[in-house]
Amino acid sequence: MSEITGRIWKYGDNINTDVIFPGKYTYTVTDPGEMAKLALEDLDPEFSTLVQNGDIVLGGKNFGCGSSREQAAFCLKYAGVGAVIAKSFSRLYYRNCINAGLPALVLPQLYDQLNKGERIEIRLDRGIVVHKGVEYHFPPLPEEIIDIFNHGGLIPHIRKILKTDSMQRKE
Amino acid sequence: MAKTFVEKILSRERSVSAGEILEIKPDFAMSHDNTAAIAKTFRQIGIKKIDKPDRHIVILDHCVPAANEKFAQNHKEIREFIKEQKIDHFYDIDRGICHQVICEEGFALPGKIIVGSDSHTTTYGAFGAFATGIGRSEMAAIFATGKIWFRVPETIKITIKGKIPAAISAKDIILKIIGDLKADGALYKSVWFAGPVVEEMSIAGRMVLTNMAVEMGAKNGHIEPDAKTAAYLKNRARVHYKPQYSDPDARIEENYEFEISDLEPQIACPHTVDNVKPASRVKGTKIDQIFFGSCTNARLEDFKIVADVLRNKKIHNHLRMVVIPASNQIYLQALQAGYIKDLIEAGAVLVNPGCGPCMGNHQGVLAPGEVTLSTSNRNFKGRFGCKESEIFLSSPLTAAVSALTGQIEDCRDFIKSSGGKHV
Repeated sequence: MSEITGRIWKYGDNINTDVIFPGKYTYTVTDPGEMAKLALEDLDPEFSTLVQNGDIVLGGKNFGCGSSREQAAFCLKYAGVGAVIAKSFSRLYYRNCINAGLPALVLPQLYDQLNKGERIEIRLDRGIVVHKGVEYHFPPLPEEIIDIFNHGGLIPHIRKILKTDSMQRKE
Repeated sequence: MAKTFVEKILSRERSVSAGEILEIKPDFAMSHDNTAAIAKTFRQIGIKKIDKPDRHIVILDHCVPAANEKFAQNHKEIREFIKEQKIDHFYDIDRGICHQVICEEGFALPGKIIVGSDSHTTTYGAFGAFATGIGRSEMAAIFATGKIWFRVPETIKITIKGKIPAAISAKDIILKIIGDLKADGALYKSVWFAGPVVEEMSIAGRMVLTNMAVEMGAKNGHIEPDAKTAAYLKNRARVHYKPQYSDPDARIEENYEFEISDLEPQIACPHTVDNVKPASRVKGTKIDQIFFGSCTNARLEDFKIVADVLRNKKIHNHLRMVVIPASNQIYLQALQAGYIKDLIEAGAVLVNPGCGPCMGNHQGVLAPGEVTLSTSNRNFKGRFGCKESEIFLSSPLTAAVSALTGQIEDCRDFIKSSGGKHV
């Protein structure tokens, strides 16, 4: 999954976790399909019905501020979102994306160049986003944590390092 | 090399500086109603027993008592997990809001590393702990391995100076700071609150500052422990603790100074916490409900302030007022002091300790078009369960004075008319 191609869904600054995944669902909705349907419910009611696999959510500053709820990262992943790009991320949201295995790219210079519905290409292995033939470089994840992302998220990563994934296969 | 508070506290196993990434074992880890979801994720990891059950504290508060069958099922699964994993530090629906309980129960201690699967975990920095919020998967990973990674944050120092005016409390001060620095003003940073005003503040006031540090993006907020901290922790501290202090020449990335001698009461307006205006500019906004509660402002000193305003008076007849003490201890103290009687006689509704409507779950959610004035910490769209409603945030005093007229007030007007005797 090192190449992602999709359309842009563009939003503003300080998009908070309450509008990405409302608090009232956090203890009652756990099914991935249902979570996908609630993604961005209070921000963009059209999103969950029109989003396609590989689409890219673009935010301004401080994307994902507010709660620690990681459903705000998982619900986008379950909805098929290929990556989230923002001028900056809230720290909890950024961590939750890594833990969910959802690419979160910090690219402040790209925000003004992109419009809703435009198609872009992301090459995770090369650390670039390609838009209208122009390459934009994003900072790679620090090497201490890149394995978490490469293993598909925190839980698959922990299974690998504790070797519980292979143990269970043997069972 | 000189180190900041956070560099020292994270240098347990090897010496680290801002920007480095390390793995560390937190001293305590708190989770709440999300423990059932964390338990499910933990089981996916494929090991049976959690690492060090006595490190974990589980407190039910987000929807207590259960509002419907789904919440009841969630609580049931948590109780089963607690039993199965032999977690002793478990507080069921009777105890109060997790962040208040962690402090009352003596887990929030100087020099400790504490994580919680809740963003307002930053609160415990009021006692000189390094405390920060983490995600559910990360808590599941701590259940399994005891460890978590952190990037050591740079430090921002906020010095608060001046004479605290009558009518002004820690809430007005933190709203002013967030309004000036904005929602991303402290992104990824460790925020150190210092200066004579912080020293003068009560423990409850300091908790308001660190609780809301996350609303400007901070990784953690912290206040150096002093004699007040030690007095609070006496007979309360669970384990031995050793305070950590920043070296005098440690690298502070940014220094901000706030002079608050002329500060007006502050209000965070819909729909972001950094949309802050002086109360004098939003005065007259009609409100349908007041929520006096939350992990920010529902402690005993807040009850005194609100009761002193509402005693022998009635809240406006078009207004509902929902009151939720932060813990059962505070509830009892407020009851003994007569504050609860004052509030009920004034027309307020008392609800059991917990998060109440502040997650949009129950106990005072709003209808479309309604406006609430709240002493809590977030006013995001939909926060109180309805995206077509509006939330304003204020201090308990502003909320109490506004309760009398059914509209947002500048509480200084009330103080003038009452001769200042209530503060």
